[in-house]
Amino acid sequence: MNTVTSMSAEGSARAANPIDAANPLYRSRRQVNFVLLVISGFALAFGLFWLVWILGTLLYEGGHALARATLYYQMTPPPGADGGLANAIAGSLVMVTVGTLLGTPIGILAGTYLAEFGRKGWLAGATRFLNDVLLSAPSIVIGLFVYSVYVAQVGHFSAWAGSIALGLIVVPVVVRTTDDMLKLVPNSLREAAMALGCPVWKMVTFVTYQAARTGIVTGILLAVARISGETAPLLFTALNNQFWSNNLNAPMANLPVVIFQFAMSPYEDWHRLAWGGAALITLAVLVLNILARALFRKTD
Amino acid sequence: MRATTLNGLQAATGVNVISDPQRSRPARSAPWLDTAFEWLTRVFAFFVFSILAAILASLLIGSQVTLQKYGFAFIWSADWNPVTEEFGALVPIFGTLVTSLIAMLIGVPVSFGIALFLTELSPAWLKRPLGTAIELLAAIPSIIYGMWGLFVFAPLFQTHVQPALIDSLGGIPYFGALFAGPPIGIGMLTAGVILSVMVIPFITAVMRDVFDIVPPMLKESAYGLGATTWEVVWRVVLPYTRVGVIGGIMLGLGRALGETMAVTFVIGNAHRLATSLMAPGNSIASALANEFTEAVGDVYFSALIELGLILFLITTIVLALSKLLLMQLAKGEGTQT
Repeated sequence: MNTVTSMSAEGSARAANPIDAANPLYRSRRQVNFVLLVISGFALAFGLFWLVWILGTLLYEGGHALARATLYYQMTPPPGADGGLANAIAGSLVMVTVGTLLGTPIGILAGTYLAEFGRKGWLAGATRFLNDVLLSAPSIVIGLFVYSVYVAQVGHFSAWAGSIALGLIVVPVVVRTTDDMLKLVPNSLREAAMALGCPVWKMVTFVTYQAARTGIVTGILLAVARISGETAPLLFTALNNQFWSNNLNAPMANLPVVIFQFAMSPYEDWHRLAWGGAALITLAVLVLNILARALFRKTD
Repeated sequence: MRATTLNGLQAATGVNVISDPQRSRPARSAPWLDTAFEWLTRVFAFFVFSILAAILASLLIGSQVTLQKYGFAFIWSADWNPVTEEFGALVPIFGTLVTSLIAMLIGVPVSFGIALFLTELSPAWLKRPLGTAIELLAAIPSIIYGMWGLFVFAPLFQTHVQPALIDSLGGIPYFGALFAGPPIGIGMLTAGVILSVMVIPFITAVMRDVFDIVPPMLKESAYGLGATTWEVVWRVVLPYTRVGVIGGIMLGLGRALGETMAVTFVIGNAHRLATSLMAPGNSIASALANEFTEAVGDVYFSALIELGLILFLITTIVLALSKLLLMQLAKGEGTQT
């Protein structure tokens, strides 16, 4: 088609029907549209590709290690010896539990203030803003902070320090979800409780907490999932321990730091254990995430 | 104003019925409980409020030695010599910015594509599973990205992608310097690519959220005028949500700047200022992760903490800007529709 006829065709087609397939302008717009939408499909495929690749690698490399029972009851070995990750798994469980126990009450109470009492005054707005910054703050800085205010003061690395660092990461997650979930509770429920003569503390704990319960639990689960894989804040706080330790006042082994140490080492058998640990952590985190989503969807 | 008819209710609830509907006014039976509860939550809110300030203060105190020794020169000095105790932050700052920039260059268009697909194209039944799958990318711990990057991605990148980049782009004058040097697998480019995958879920999530708040009437008007899906997204949805989209990009940037473990594994940890993206470098977070527990001497320690301070300041500013932009969009939502 030469330019002259195409221009006249365009003119007449536009007069007749602007979205006629014969209209070259319309056709080129359709083509641009098609190409860009296909590219957006590729973008999605690109994102999914990495997810599948990473999970596939973990299953392939870590599957063998996961299937061996020694992973769960033997201690981390010296290079060249056979062993498992029992002390690291236990240490991670202990620190994640203590961290969650420390961070959750703080988060829930602060979130309660933001949603229930903070309608007037500057504190709620400012806290909400800073909390959102804290939510994405680099976790290694949290590790530095706990190192300076705790580890450096008492003079030794310890599981307590690790738990405090993890707890500080739990706080903003729980504050955010508690605040959001409490704000979803309809005001008529609060008014009904007030009309019955309920004091405010009772209204909050017996009415709004009950109404927002699943949402708050979802937030706690997501926080647990988040700290289960955190490595950076544990490097300077809990450090690592080659042996089993029940002492929260001493360095304690934990999965992420053991994975870091083993993966960076030149030993083949340490690499295998690291893959096993990596697969274990990822599995746990993904299960927690999906559980949280399923729980939350039920209330939708 | 306690009416006698309410006596039954009082007996049932165990508290006095208050006449004033204002919530802040406590019931008469135990007024201190209400006050105590409110103050309890306020104290914890104040605790959360002060965490950031406490972090800032502790980092400032911890880095006193180098702050006084070098002043602002610390930022643009490229020295890093623990033996002679000469330190500067230029190399790690450079590495942090370069890797994050690469991550944004790849991550932002991809996230936009994914958000576009999920909001405008995907059939309703696919939206949730696809959206969840992308969000799960954010759930994978960063150490897993790092380990996978070191053992799986870097070798493949070294044998297949880097030689091709060096051959095709390395010859271009000036620009080619970015792609010069031997393909060694680990380095700033590898770290940037892995970071880009890690920020995709965060940017996508924000973009999806802000795309969803565009009033359907605006989009339908454009469709009614004969606009194609792409034209609606590019000329209606994107201008309407521009502020929020930039906020989402800043959020991703904040995440990328502070990412530690994934970068530590693949960046190479070399304290060298290299023009080539293929060369190993260092980022603030990975310098901290690698060196902090092994640091000896006050100056070394203080230098590392000052690195932490710089990282904290940069990410806090970026994240605060992101939050401000998103708040601005949320504020406008009520008036523009």
